Amino acid sequence: MVKRIVTGAHYGLQDWLAQRVTAVVMVIFVLCLAIALLVSPPHDYATWKSLFSDRWIRIASFLFLISLFWHAWVGMRNILMDYVHATGIRLMLQILVILSLLFYTVWSAEILWALEFAWR
Amino acid sequence: MRTHIVSLSITVYTKSVNDEPGVLEAKKLQRTRPKFLNLMEIKQPLPAVISVLHRISGALLFFPGIPLLLCSLEMTLNSPQGYVQFQSLLASPLSKSALILLLWFFLHHLCAGIRFLALDLHYGGALEQARLTSKVVLAAGIILTLLISLLIW
Repeated sequence: MVKRIVTGAHYGLQDWLAQRVTAVVMVIFVLCLAIALLVSPPHDYATWKSLFSDRWIRIASFLFLISLFWHAWVGMRNILMDYVHATGIRLMLQILVILSLLFYTVWSAEILWALEFAWR
Repeated sequence: MRTHIVSLSITVYTKSVNDEPGVLEAKKLQRTRPKFLNLMEIKQPLPAVISVLHRISGALLFFPGIPLLLCSLEMTLNSPQGYVQFQSLLASPLSKSALILLLWFFLHHLCAGIRFLALDLHYGGALEQARLTSKVVLAAGIILTLLISLLIW
């Protein structure tokens, strides 16, 4: 009979790597955004909105936000695993974190693309 | 001429009949081995402080950081009225201070995160370097926060 260990070690490396990759994506985006804001700081609503009217900026922003949510999931999961030892409560909190991050994902897509649909 | 004071202590164990070889060593180990360090009482080294701050700032960036970010993005992009309303919300010193505190959490998390990425690539792992970079990270987070605060205040 083959002994199967349900909690394998594979997902640890996956999360570890995801945390670093998303971190690098976010650093690049934040540096680009900081440079763009320093070169031409938006002074009013029109210039601020026109920045996000560019399709590629919207896509880049969405990629940044997805990286942020994924990164937040790995980090929050680590924190919960370290400090919340009661399995039931930890499971509940982890589900809460996942649901809120999924909610944020849909919300940010709505924020970024609502403009597009309003214009058409 | 320098005088060195050296204290010497010699422990002499007399072998009793009951003592099997190894029992004494085992007893000594048991006396000293489980050392419970009270983390609240010992002074943490700076790299540890950086690490703990990275974790705390990360949790606070998750909440209330992310919802606040999305709220302000929605508010400022939705309508000119929302943009003006956001500006007036930020005009009060209280909300400005809150924003600057969050900004520091973000910048510290960013700088400490870059340090951890470098450590993962085996840069700056030596003790002296690790101490130096943790000082740099703490200072960079605070200085960048002050600079950006001056820009937006």
